[in-house]
Parts: sequence; C-alpha cells; structure tokens
Amino acid sequence: MKRNSLWSWIVLVLAVLYFALPLIGTFEFSLKMRRGVYSFDAYRVVLSDPRFQSTFLYSVTMALCTIALGIVIVVPTAYWVRLKLPRWRPIIEFITLLPLVIPPIVVVFGYIRLYNTSSWLPLTGSAWGTNVLLAFGYATLSLPYMYRAVDTGLRAIDVATLTEAAQSLGASWLTIMARVILPNVSVAVMSGAFLTFAIVIGEFVMAALLSRPAFGPYMQLLGANRAYEPAALAVIAFAITWLCMGLIQLVSRFSKVAPARI
Amino acid sequence: MAFLEIRNIQKSFGPAQVVRDFNLGVESGEFVSFLGPSGCGKTTVLRMVAGFEEPSLGNILIGGRDVTRLKPNQRNIGMVFQAYALFPNMTVAQNIAFGLKVARAPQAEIRGRVDAMLALIKLPELGDRYPYQLSGGQQQRVALARALAPRPKLLLLDEPLSALDAKVRVSLREEIRAIQKELGITTIFVTHDQEEALSISDRIVVMYGGKAEQVGTPFEIYNRPATRFVANFVGTLNVLEGTVMDPAAGFVEVHEEKVSLAGRLNGAKAGDRLSLALRPEAIALGRRPGYDSSLKGRIGEVHFLGSVIRVRVELGDSVVSLDTFNNPSSPPPAVGDPAEISFSSADVNILH
Amino acid sequence: MTDATAAVAPTSEPPLSGARMSFAWLGVVPFLLFALLALILPTLEIVIGSFTDQTGGFTLANIANLFQPSILDAYWISIRISLASAFLGCLFGFLIAVAVGLGGLPPWMRSPILTFSGVASNFAGIPLAFAFLATLGRLGFVTVILRDWFGINIYALGFNLLSFSGLTITYMFFQIPLMVLIVMPAVDGLRREWREAADILGASSFQYWRMVAIPILWPSLLGTFALLFANSFGAVATAYALTGSSLSIVPILLFAQIRGDVLQDPHLGYALAFGMIVVTGIANGIYIWLRIRSERWLK
Repeated sequence: MKRNSLWSWIVLVLAVLYFALPLIGTFEFSLKMRRGVYSFDAYRVVLSDPRFQSTFLYSVTMALCTIALGIVIVVPTAYWVRLKLPRWRPIIEFITLLPLVIPPIVVVFGYIRLYNTSSWLPLTGSAWGTNVLLAFGYATLSLPYMYRAVDTGLRAIDVATLTEAAQSLGASWLTIMARVILPNVSVAVMSGAFLTFAIVIGEFVMAALLSRPAFGPYMQLLGANRAYEPAALAVIAFAITWLCMGLIQLVSRFSKVAPARI
Repeated sequence: MAFLEIRNIQKSFGPAQVVRDFNLGVESGEFVSFLGPSGCGKTTVLRMVAGFEEPSLGNILIGGRDVTRLKPNQRNIGMVFQAYALFPNMTVAQNIAFGLKVARAPQAEIRGRVDAMLALIKLPELGDRYPYQLSGGQQQRVALARALAPRPKLLLLDEPLSALDAKVRVSLREEIRAIQKELGITTIFVTHDQEEALSISDRIVVMYGGKAEQVGTPFEIYNRPATRFVANFVGTLNVLEGTVMDPAAGFVEVHEEKVSLAGRLNGAKAGDRLSLALRPEAIALGRRPGYDSSLKGRIGEVHFLGSVIRVRVELGDSVVSLDTFNNPSSPPPAVGDPAEISFSSADVNILH
Repeated sequence: MTDATAAVAPTSEPPLSGARMSFAWLGVVPFLLFALLALILPTLEIVIGSFTDQTGGFTLANIANLFQPSILDAYWISIRISLASAFLGCLFGFLIAVAVGLGGLPPWMRSPILTFSGVASNFAGIPLAFAFLATLGRLGFVTVILRDWFGINIYALGFNLLSFSGLTITYMFFQIPLMVLIVMPAVDGLRREWREAADILGASSFQYWRMVAIPILWPSLLGTFALLFANSFGAVATAYALTGSSLSIVPILLFAQIRGDVLQDPHLGYALAFGMIVVTGIANGIYIWLRIRSERWLK
C-alpha cells in the first residue's frame, strides 16, 4: 500500500538534525583546544591525566563487581521464580521495578542515613565499606534492566522441561544452573551486563554523595574547571555507550535462542 | 456488461508474478467464491478489487465505472477480514456506525441503521459490548454488519471463517448466504475450504498459481472438472491410467480390460496414455444395471464407518476409493476377496 | 543415580503441602535480602524520617515545612521542566515511532534507529550536559553557526542554556529516544487490518487517526508521558553539570542538602526526598494503570 511518506522523511530529517548536531558540535568543540587548528590535544590531555585513569579504572572495576553481583542475585532468582514460585512473580517484578520509581538520589540518601557510622551496619565508616555500598547502589540501579533481560531470556527456553530433563539424568542444582541454564541465557545475561556497564560508567549522584573516586564525579569536576576537555570526555562517554549497545546487538545476533529484547 | 468486471488483471511483486491475466464478470446479486490453496492469488485479486493493491496491468469496473485508480475509501465497497478487524476502542454499535459516521450521516439515521443491522445479524442486545467481550463468531457477524451498514455496492469477504471453530464455521456460512440473498448484494467470497465454496456459492472460481483454472457452478466444478488440479482439489478423485486402443471406436485399455469412451477420443492416437477420473460415488461395488463399464480387482481396505462403508479396491497397482451403504443383512466385504467395480462411462472425466 | 535424584528437590508441581512450600521460598531469600538492604530499608528510612522530628517523635512539621515559597518554587520548576520535556519527548518520540513503524521509510532504517534510540536514552547525565554546552552554550557549535551564517544571536534574544528552556531541550535528548523505544511496540501493534477496515469504510487518513489509531494508542501515550515525567523529575546529574547549584530544582536542592550545604533543618531533607517519592510514585502508578488498561483492549 503506497502511503505518502513525505512527512515521515521530514520527521526523520528533523530528528537526525536534533540528534546529530549536539554530537557533531561536541566533537568539533573537542578538537579546538589548540588555537586555530583542529587537533586531538584535548583527548591527549584527558587520557594522560592520572585522575582520569584512576577514576576510570575505579568505575570499570565497580561496573564489573556490579555485574557479578547482579548475575549472582538475578539469575538464580529469576530461574527459581519461573520454576517454583510463579505466584511470587508479580511481587518480585514489582520489586525489580521499584528502582525506576524511587529516584537514585533518594536511595543514596537512605544509605547515608541508614548505614552511617552510628548505625547497626556502619558501612560508610570505611572506604571498603562505602565501596560495597556503592556496588549495592549500582546493582539496584541496574536491577530492572538485568532482571527483565534475564527473565525474557528464560521465557524463551522452557525452563521447567530443561530442568526435569537434567534432573532425570542425575544433575544436581549447581550443575543445572551452571551447565544448563546459564549457557542458554548467556545472551540475555550479557545484554544486561553491557547495559549495566553503560549505566555504571556514567553514574554521578551515588558516587558523588558517597564521595567515591568514580568517573562521574571526575567528569563533573573537569566540567566545572576546564573548557575543552569536558567535550572530549563527552565524546569518549558517548563512544563507550555506543560500544556497549553495539555489543548487545552483536551478542544477540549470535544467540541460538530468540534474542532477549530489553 | 456484468456488474463487476475484472479485465486482464495481472499483479507482480518484484520478479514474482502472483496473478496472471485474470478475467471475470460477476452479475449483480451473484455470490461468487474464489477457491484455491494458499498462494494461488485469490486474496491478491480480492485486494485489488478492494483497492489495497494496485494491478500491474488491467482494469476493474464496478457498475460500469472504472475504479482501478480509485483509493479504497472512494469505492463504496464493504469488506470482511479474516481477523475480524473490529476497532477495539469502540463498542459494537459504534463499530457498525463507523462507515456512516465517516460519511457524516445524521445521528437519527445512524441509530436506525445500526439497530437494523443488529437485528439482521441477530445480536440486538450486544450493541454496548466491546469486541474483546465477544466470541469469534459474534465478532465476525459484527464485522459483517459494519461492512453492510453504509449500503455498499459490493461485498468482499477474505477467508472470513478460517479463524473460527468448525461448528461456528458451518452455521455462520449459512447465515452469511442468507443475509446476502436477503439484501441481494453482489458478493465475492475467498476461501481455501472447498466444502464452504460448494455449499453456498452461485459460481466458483478455482484458482491455482495466479490463474483461474475453472469458472462454473458448484455442480459443474465438482462433476465436470476441467483440469487435473480442479479435479484433485475439489472432492476426492480416483484416477485410472489407460492406453488408447482404438480412437475411432473409443476403446481405452484400463488394467487389461476395455472401457468404452465413444465419441470422446477425437484427436487421440492409438498408444496415447490417458488419465481417467471418477468420483467415488460414481463407482459401485459389483455389477449395476445401467453401468456399462466394469473392472476386476481385489478388496484392499475396508473401513466400517457406520452407515457408510469406505472400500478401497486394488486394480493392479492402482487403488480406487468408493463408498457403499451399510446393509444390515449382509456383512461388509472382506479384505482380499476378489471384487468387481462398475461405473458409467459417461461419468468418466478425461484429465488433461 | 537414585541418591542424586532423591537429594534434589521435587520437580515443578504446584505446592500441595505446606512442607514443600516452605522450602521453595528459600530460593528467593538472597534476592529479598538484597532488595531489603539495598532498596526497601533505605527508602523506608527516608519515609519514616520525614515524619520524625529532632526528638524522634512523630510529626507532620517536616512535610508542612515543604510549603515554604522557595521549596514550593523548586517543586514547581521541577514539575514544569518535567512536564515540558515529557510532553515534547512524547510528541516527537511518537512522530518518530510512527515514521519508523508505519510511515513508509525503508525497512532497513528501523534497526539502526532503534539501536541509536537505545544509545541516546542512556546518554544522560554529565556527558550530555557537556555535549549541549558545546552545542548551545555561548560559544557552542550551533550558537556560532546561527550567529555567523544566519545572523541570529540566540543569546541576545534571551535564550540561555542554563535555564528552564535550555534544560528542557537538553532533557529531550534522552526523553525522545526513550519514548520511541517504549511506544514502538504499541505502534507495531496497530494492526494493518484496522487501517484497511477504516479505509474501505470510507475514512480519510485524518479520520482514521482521529477515530481509531489515537484512541487505541491513547493509554500507551499517556502512560509513557507519565513515565517520562517521573524520569525527568528524578534526574540530577545533567542539571547539576549544566547549572551547578544555581537552578533550584528539587533534586539539586536535595543534593545540596545531603552534601550539607544549605537548609538549616536536616529533617527537611527527608521531607524533600519523600516529596520526590510521592511525585514519581504517582506518575509511575498512572503509567502502570494505563498500561494494564491498554493491554486489555489489545489482547
């Protein structure tokens, strides 16, 4: 059916303009550090800044810890709920959607009040404790996406039948988890992992209020003091986000099961 | 000129030609079915008449007016879809009223028309229900009422019964035919179910591979299939291979016996191979007065179905299916017994 | 073999006896523990704290204190920005989703556009602020182009990136893609037959959209609007990076309060946070309710 697609193209052009211009503009601005010529000086300065390296490393490490924590908590839970506790599903799903309702700033405020040095779990008293707290905060932030990705992945495979088949062949629960379930939801897990990575790298509020040396606060500090480096940072951050999303698409293409759509 | 004229219609999607040189004339008030397997082009032709697809070649005329270039909303045609397509945000009454509302008919007229339609489809109390509250059969009846409310000149039905349960299918097709007769509206009905087409159509167009294989009344289609495909697609068919012995006298050798097809072998030469087709009901077990041909064979299978006994008789390496009635005083034939089948040579269809 | 199967918990039959049931729920204990410690208890702490005074007794004074002009202003500005960015995000996101899903664009465009939407909806926070500073700031890319090529000096005309309109434009960068991603399934769910049925019954394009498509999509649109609103209301980082503490929206106010800067009364912080939860809670509640309603129709 031939439809007049003229206005679709107009919408598309306007959209491309709105989204491309800031990206182009940022890139262009980031190249203007050296007077009069385009150069990658801003990038060089940023990438060689020891604070960039240390905060970036910190955030990457945090991201990996968060991903590990997320997998350990989410995958068995989603599996168990699907298999044994279908009536609990609405409750569990509601909990996983809470982080979207309660703003992160409120959550971290709660952490500071609840886990400060005079409480029953004085996590904020030490650097190590605060790191744990931050990891928990990040895991909470990524919980909705991680759970939804894994749950979608589990839905695509018939969990009950696979489990019964494995059990009838003598597998223990650990074996089932590790060798039957996990490999089949690996695509979904990786999608959730890449999304978590993207979220953690750029996160600001929690890290700032818990005074941790993360990438987010570093970026904000740079933005307050410098002109061209922030633009370079923005380009780097965008590239990382794009990389994560691209990896999700790539991984989904290799799925032997129907891909998990987040 | 017929009320609906489809002339030299062709349709290609890229390199694939989906409809080839299709021609048809439908008289006013006639109920014509397009019958064929999936992919034969029947729905494509219907959609071209509706205006959802543009023919690559050819014309469509309704009431003498060339509508080929008109958009669907300008053709004054009613259509019923396989998936009902009722608007989920509107009640039954609002759905039925849609065509009239769009045409800006006065409120009073809309109300009256909706009530009349609800009465026609025999669902007068369901006006305030929403589609999701209705059964499949009810939804399709509402879809029919919605299509008929604006008084279209032509009614198109695209496999309207395929999504319904078997029982509903049978009762609803009778209803559709009854309503169509009452309103006298020219109708095209697309289906892949031959029983549907045979039972309610004035004429049937059997389609295959984008072409119309045969156009005729149900009786003609069933008893005088023009091509092997039509014969196979519509009803059960027994096919016997024979060799022409004497074209002038009309003798054909079938399984070492002679069958006389006098006067129908023009153009054939001795030694030509022929396919002879017979419907099961045209064959009798044993000799029958008035049946001039007979062949000998062996009982292969016997299925006792109650009032009917389905027998398969082996003739050499062919098998012939025939039905015979249960006789309370004599048992059904036994497998392996020698058997003789007889038929009238006039009932034989020569397949091409 | 029998030992292993005996040691393994029973297969997935519905729990018949109390004994079976009590073992099964152990499986979600880690998750519940995590949710409790990381999410529920901290939130409860805030909620309870907003109703507690210095001595630990119950009070409504903190909530009452929210109604001072400066704080009400902060809420009002937050609400306005959230309404504006949600509305515009809804509108343009919807237009894009329709253009992609129904509008006759080449089918190969769909995947890249959706991928980009996924990227852009996550590109929020500090880098986004930097990007818009580099684009619409005083020396920004677009500002300069408009000034030098078109002779339009937007700053002279009163535009300022560090303001209500600037923040709204910036927020749209992630609101629009979010809208596209969420509303795309609903647009895909507009069955072709509805369009064809409307067509053959004589409806024009406009009549189809007005009488069929928009009413069907309405719960989705409204619901996603509520979601975008909640999303924008809780956002801190972008605003902070763009405006420092100068633009007093509620999250910034709370941020400053937690840092120890501004308000004299610490319990006011609790109340601020509680107010945020109420606003985002209501908005999300509306979203969920409308989602359920629209799904019922489209079954």
